[in-house]
Amino acid sequence: MPHRTFFWFILPSALAMIIFIAMPIVSVAVQSLFVEHDRVMVAVENCGPFGCKTEMQVDSGATEKLRREAPLGQFAGLSTYANRNHLAFAEAGEFWRQSKSFGEFLSLLYGLPFYKALAFTLSYTAIVTPIVIVLGFTIATAVNRLPPAAKGVAIFISLLPMIVTPLVGSLVLFWMIDADGIIGSSLKLLMNDPGLSLKASPTLTWLTLFVYGIWHSAPFAFVVFYAGLQTVPQDTLESAMIDGASRWEQIRHVIIPHLMPLATFVALIQMMDNFRVFEPIVGFNAEASATSLSWIIYNDLNSTGAKLFSSAAASSMLTIVFVAILLTPVLIRTWRDFNRAR
Amino acid sequence: MKALMKSSLAGAMLVSASSLAFADCGIEKGSVRILGNDFPAIQAVAKAAEACASGTVEVKVNLTKDHESLSVAALSANPPEYTSHIIANSSVLPLLNDGLVRPLDDYVAKYGADLNANQKVMIGGKVMAVAFMANAQHIFYRADILEKAGVAVPKTYEEVVAAAKTIKEKGLMETPLGGTYKAGWNLAEEFVNMFMGFDAPFFKEGTAEPAVNNEKGVAALTMMKELSNYMSKDFLTFDSNALQAEFEAGKVAIANFWGSRAGAVTDAEGTTPEIAGAIKFAAAPTVGGGSIPATTLWWDGFTVAKNASDEDAEATFRALAQGATAATANANAAAAVWLATGYTPGPTAEGVLATVSGGAKSYPMDPYMGLLHTALGTELVEFMQGTEDAAKALADAEAAYITAAREKGFIK
Repeated sequence: MPHRTFFWFILPSALAMIIFIAMPIVSVAVQSLFVEHDRVMVAVENCGPFGCKTEMQVDSGATEKLRREAPLGQFAGLSTYANRNHLAFAEAGEFWRQSKSFGEFLSLLYGLPFYKALAFTLSYTAIVTPIVIVLGFTIATAVNRLPPAAKGVAIFISLLPMIVTPLVGSLVLFWMIDADGIIGSSLKLLMNDPGLSLKASPTLTWLTLFVYGIWHSAPFAFVVFYAGLQTVPQDTLESAMIDGASRWEQIRHVIIPHLMPLATFVALIQMMDNFRVFEPIVGFNAEASATSLSWIIYNDLNSTGAKLFSSAAASSMLTIVFVAILLTPVLIRTWRDFNRAR
Repeated sequence: MKALMKSSLAGAMLVSASSLAFADCGIEKGSVRILGNDFPAIQAVAKAAEACASGTVEVKVNLTKDHESLSVAALSANPPEYTSHIIANSSVLPLLNDGLVRPLDDYVAKYGADLNANQKVMIGGKVMAVAFMANAQHIFYRADILEKAGVAVPKTYEEVVAAAKTIKEKGLMETPLGGTYKAGWNLAEEFVNMFMGFDAPFFKEGTAEPAVNNEKGVAALTMMKELSNYMSKDFLTFDSNALQAEFEAGKVAIANFWGSRAGAVTDAEGTTPEIAGAIKFAAAPTVGGGSIPATTLWWDGFTVAKNASDEDAEATFRALAQGATAATANANAAAAVWLATGYTPGPTAEGVLATVSGGAKSYPMDPYMGLLHTALGTELVEFMQGTEDAAKALADAEAAYITAAREKGFIK
């Protein structure tokens, strides 16, 4: 395609991407460099239904004047990124000096909100992504072997977890794993432990969230691999069969290499999605044991009476940076394959 | 035909009856646009305001759980999207901080003769909101279980722990205590309640510097931990809905629970008559030898947007003032503890009234309280899980709060 044609062809979507994706990201990045003006405070007498007391109030007139002069607030540089609620460089350095072993350093670091969230987010991504790919592939090959009449039903059932809205899906599971729910009480019977609770222990909560994540995302991998299976060259398969390849050997040497680019695609999408894990944490009321980077952003914006926009902006930028780092190996690989193919 | 005539006549009579009940609002012209939280008491107030609609007066109502996330942006616009935000003592702060609500003194003088003195919320000498209902967390208890265990209704948290111990030892209940200890806002609210019981300030006098990491803070946390030993293991996931369900399932004997849930817990829905009938209410307990109940008092009231035109503002005040009257209160007596003069409280109001007369204090209205609340909600979790000591948890909460307060410009 000549460059000129390509340019006009791509222009509408490029424009949309600049306006709706790139510009908001730039604005968030700018926001993350500023903090609010120092508030002008006055002590006032407040009276309500339950009596009077003297409290501090913001002098809204004076603060408004400051804000009009510099609407973005005070320039703070990267200090929001470095503060305790984000990368916490000062605290991390202090922990490093204090701790005797690397394990102790990590456990101290885990006490900081950002690192606590990062730990769960990374674990979730690292565990859910590969299992989803393997499970999706397994379901796809299994469904592909079914007689045609059964295929439609099997595909529909396999897709159900993806059709269910994440929040609804996690709420349903949350009730089922309740100590009185069907899964929770069965587990209690099975383990013969009346005190067993999936919600109380951080480890079990993490496990529950992983299982939910796999349950929810496997259909996506399944659909992609199932579509890929329809394009496997039949003559290669047949010649493999004639050469005496077993079912497993066919999969290992013919089907998997053929589907490899798709696996890269699924891995890419899944890593991005899993790194932004959010709904199950809210749905499972799991904030006590598991928080994610997205949850931190939500928590900053949901603070009663005082939304932390700069903090949320900094967390958002950090999430983007981490996703970029995470995807780099896969992208480099794709780029190489692309060059080789040409 | 006759039947149709009859029913339409009845309908017409109903309409006139309802307009009679709310009297004539007397508003000539204006647009009333109300934003508020969604629960029965506010629905009742909004309905009373809606009755003021006429050919020249437009009344629009939007009640939603997400009202707080809408309000600042909606009231900043000129003209504002809503002419009134129905708020509680915590959610009024963002509006005050940004100067988005107007003083109501003139309207109160002109149209507020019926208002009780304590309904006027004065900020720095000006009426900025009109409160119509009170709410507080207080003791809910199962009279039958307490009787079987042979314990009196607890007046202090120490007695709550002792009662729980007896109930558990006698095998009456496995988890006799309940609480809204869900990590986040709820858990922080429980700490605020307990800390209030020690009657200490949250901030150093005249500054935004936190003052919770001290022996009173540690004592408050220690008590919370002790209570949690008698709760379901899942207590860190329990919000009001979950606690209500536990009560209705007969699994909890004592909890410090929201007064606004009293009606819902004792109604016929979701439980057996035996359980619903045995749930009684008492004042919130004191703690650590203190004299005031360890809880916070809350009010809900209405404000009028600063950016609304004078005509709309006046119409809004007059329409909502209808909702703050004794007529609305008595027609919805079980929905809330109303503040209007002439309101006769029902049995579900007992707990809140006893708590108020016990001298409980209202939730702090310092503009940075919300930030401290959020910091507590995330940083106290490790202590409650038993992986951190109380002083460390409080130090973490203070550090997280200071970071946030710097960003908001409250601490230099």
